Amino acid sequence: MDKIEDLFIPCKDKNLHLQKVSFVSISFWEDAWIRFKKNKLAFGSLIFLLILIFMAILGPFISNHTYFETHLHLKNEKPSKEFWFGTDELGRDIFTRIWWGARISLFVGISAAFIDMIIGVFYGAFSGLSGGKTDEIMMRFADILHSLPYLLVVILLMVVMGPGIPTIILAMTITGWINMARIVRAQILQLKELDFVLAARSLGAGFSRILIQHLIPNTLGSVITTMTLTIPAAIFTEAFLSFLGLGVQAPIASWGTMASDGLSALRYYPWRLFFPAAFISLTMLSFNLVGDGLRDALDPRLRS
Amino acid sequence: MQLINFIFKKLLILLFSLFLVASLTFFLLKSIPGDPFSQEQAVPEEIIKSMKAYYGLDEPWHIQYFKYLKGIATWNLGPSFKYEGRTVNEIISEGAPVSFILGAEALILAIIFGITLGSIAAIKRCRFPDHVCMIMAVIGISIPNFILATFLQYFFSMKLGILPVARWGSFTQSILPSISLSALPMAFIARLTRGNMVEVLEQDYVMTAKSKGLPLFLIVTRHVLKNSLLTVVTYLAPLCSGILTGSFVVEKIFGIPGLGGWFVTSITNRDYTVIMGVTMFYSSVLMTSVFLVDLIYYFLDPRIKLIPRSASHG
Repeated sequence: MDKIEDLFIPCKDKNLHLQKVSFVSISFWEDAWIRFKKNKLAFGSLIFLLILIFMAILGPFISNHTYFETHLHLKNEKPSKEFWFGTDELGRDIFTRIWWGARISLFVGISAAFIDMIIGVFYGAFSGLSGGKTDEIMMRFADILHSLPYLLVVILLMVVMGPGIPTIILAMTITGWINMARIVRAQILQLKELDFVLAARSLGAGFSRILIQHLIPNTLGSVITTMTLTIPAAIFTEAFLSFLGLGVQAPIASWGTMASDGLSALRYYPWRLFFPAAFISLTMLSFNLVGDGLRDALDPRLRS
Repeated sequence: MQLINFIFKKLLILLFSLFLVASLTFFLLKSIPGDPFSQEQAVPEEIIKSMKAYYGLDEPWHIQYFKYLKGIATWNLGPSFKYEGRTVNEIISEGAPVSFILGAEALILAIIFGITLGSIAAIKRCRFPDHVCMIMAVIGISIPNFILATFLQYFFSMKLGILPVARWGSFTQSILPSISLSALPMAFIARLTRGNMVEVLEQDYVMTAKSKGLPLFLIVTRHVLKNSLLTVVTYLAPLCSGILTGSFVVEKIFGIPGLGGWFVTSITNRDYTVIMGVTMFYSSVLMTSVFLVDLIYYFLDPRIKLIPRSASHG
């Protein structure tokens, strides 16, 4: 009988590469980025938003006018070489005002979404990990707050505190964080049953360490997606309130107030409504598309 | 037993939320410096005194608060500060039916077209019709209703002259407002329907129906639609709320004498009793609809009864 070693032929060197793992290992975020880039609509929207942010910062410096300077002899001018988007009823340059409006819209949208995120993530994560009575009480509280008609509360606050950007942001975050909290809580409820949490716990990790180090980072995907979808809602609310005359006050330019002013002149000077309307819609569209794209890209079930 | 428990719990939340809104409105409006009678012209002391006494503003705040709560409970919302001789009750009973008709038209439009678009997209998934429907839906979500309303008004009434520009009364006058109100909820319903239907279409019983040789139309209407519309039902409550707040601007743009327009004017007029009354009216309509939707959902989906509520909440 042969020795066992004789039954095997040593592998020749040239076949060794077959043993190698040929895939480059991709992290979750790299994979999401690759998939996001494949989604042309979402990627295009992201580029549009980057240009918008860039122009919101630099736009007012490009033009030769300020947002408040009036040219009373040049009222309601058509878009021209001097005034790229035309002028409004006081002869103010619409091009400059659009970028100031972009600053306000983006500022309101991003800060409202950011505050929502901070409150929502911690509230939801704490509630979900605590479980039991604490969870029940915290979620009932959120339910009750959520059942308050959101825009009515916002309008009431605007009436009481007076119009202005801080009021808008505060008003929007009063009920805005609840959606985020619910999404995070639902995720935490699933995550906390997983083995890695048990492992961390058995190694002696405390409540806050498990929460901050292990659970919250894992909810990041849906948190980012929810944030990108909160921003257009906030931009809409600002425009809506300004349109009703409850938002920012003159002479500050906001897309909502510009659209509201343009409405009265729609028949004769349509460009006064067209530019703010187009920018509100395009910005909201882009944020929504980016949000949808992120949701698809970060969904592990769609990973190929 | 579980059902009674469930209804009781929801009813408790409903009442407590209504109480919260009422108190919030009261204290917020009380905290504003000045009162509705502070005017630019100097009014004699006695007149102001008698006016305050007439509206009950000279009493201590806790008595005002209880009177106010009692007024809400008995649905007696007091007189308007700005429009002499008119009560808030009258204003609501005049404006609400108009807003209701407008809202109902928008709701029907949104449901019919939303479900149709969503179903087409789900059936033709990842093909051309799907992309068209879903792009339409994203656009519907992204264009604010006040912009859509002005655009429709400009295009159909001013440029083409097909439909009336504004005012209220005939059916043709309600077409443009209800379209502009329904765009957003329509888009939401389309997305929800598509999302659910895509999952339902992959279930085994759909395969069975297909292999029986049932035509696609029948499969969808008989088997698929019912199951994919369950979550759409839960969306009905926020949908009503969206239509309601949307009506503020749409009624303003089209000059419709509904409640939304009244609400906006009362805010700019600082007509506090009207603000409080209309806020309470809106809130009770909305919260009651949320409550009813919860109930409907409970009856529609037998699966909910099997799992305890707390687990299904996540």
